[in-house]
Amino acid sequence: MASILDHARITVLEQGVGLTQAGILEVLQLPDDEIEAALQLAHEVRMRWCGPEVEVEGIVSLKTGGCPEDCHFCSQSGLFSSPVRSVWLDIPSLVEAAKQTAATGASEFCIVAAVRGPDAKLMKQMRDGVAAIKAAVDINVAASLGMLTQEQVDDLVSMGVHRYNHNLETCQSYFPNVVSTHTWEERWTTLKMVRESGMEVCCGGIIGLGETLEQRAEFAAQLAQLQPHEVPLNFLNPRPGTPLGDRPVMDPKDALRAIAAFRLALPKTILRYAGGREITLGDLGTRDGLLGGINAVIVGNYLTTLGRPATADLELLQELKMPVKALSATL
Amino acid sequence: MTYCDRCGDEGVHEACAQARALEPPRYCRHCRRRLKVQVVPSGWSATCVEHGAIDG
Ligand code: SF4
Ligand SMILES: [Zn+2]
Ligand SMILES: [Zn+2]
Repeated sequence: MASILDHARITVLEQGVGLTQAGILEVLQLPDDEIEAALQLAHEVRMRWCGPEVEVEGIVSLKTGGCPEDCHFCSQSGLFSSPVRSVWLDIPSLVEAAKQTAATGASEFCIVAAVRGPDAKLMKQMRDGVAAIKAAVDINVAASLGMLTQEQVDDLVSMGVHRYNHNLETCQSYFPNVVSTHTWEERWTTLKMVRESGMEVCCGGIIGLGETLEQRAEFAAQLAQLQPHEVPLNFLNPRPGTPLGDRPVMDPKDALRAIAAFRLALPKTILRYAGGREITLGDLGTRDGLLGGINAVIVGNYLTTLGRPATADLELLQELKMPVKALSATL
Repeated sequence: MTYCDRCGDEGVHEACAQARALEPPRYCRHCRRRLKVQVVPSGWSATCVEHGAIDG
């Protein structure tokens, strides 16, 4: 019987069709000695369908902490005893962060707020902030502001926000174990509105939340059904004071299996290394991921935690002969 | 008395110090108040209402 990787070589690599949920599960269950082959195939798939460029992004928190939602992994929920305090970034500092991001060669700058959805104050801050960035910096502006109304979707389009991030976080069947203040379906509704608006859809999640491998495969299959432009892949970084604060960091081998599996599920999507990669995979993990299906990175710090220096990632890209995707290539 | 700037408890903690390589401080070392922290792509800033700005 042909192995799942032999099968994927034909369907995914040659035909550009992602694996089904059952196939994804098989990749997540591969024995240790086949992980390297899975990553190698995922890399070939990425090179064939996405090319060698790597999309580089910086992210910043416009409004930190004090969120009324209860996503169990999140240090920014106001419902847990997390030490993260509520704070707003002013517009000059927002523009400065965008400038520093652009200086790394990044083409993407994502503005994030810890909210259920935007209120009038946040929308005004966005309007002023995006205009100030566009006047001062050449960079694509993306946003992540929670659940949206149709009017807010239209407003963001009119501001020139080109991509919207809204993570499903985990599969539909596991979501109620992770979030009780809103539903997976509510998130899906926002994603549909974003898709119809013409903004690019950025939607991923976090693995290692306690979901089974079956549920991890379910999640990848559900993302494949959504067909986002970009999928950010986070690995749980257990945060003190949150309900998942005592969970272990994921086994690095499982993280690598997941990277390969998500690429084989989503051959043509931008697959971005996001939070938790440093703590889960260490410094070498960045290289393994970039040679295993990942074709985008968040450089520098995250929203409430720190990343490795942008220069370390940029030097690695140079060494791997993977060009940073230019701003002009994305317009 | 000094407090751990990661967990806010008294003293110095090896595991917290290690974790701090990838985290900004969260508590003031002098008074254990929670800090106002802003992380940006290339750094962070932190302030205690009592003791002012905290250095890296
Ligand atoms: S909605 Fe976002 S900021 Fe709020 S708790 Fe959930 S993940 Fe955190
Ligand atoms: Zn401590
Ligand atoms: Zn203090």
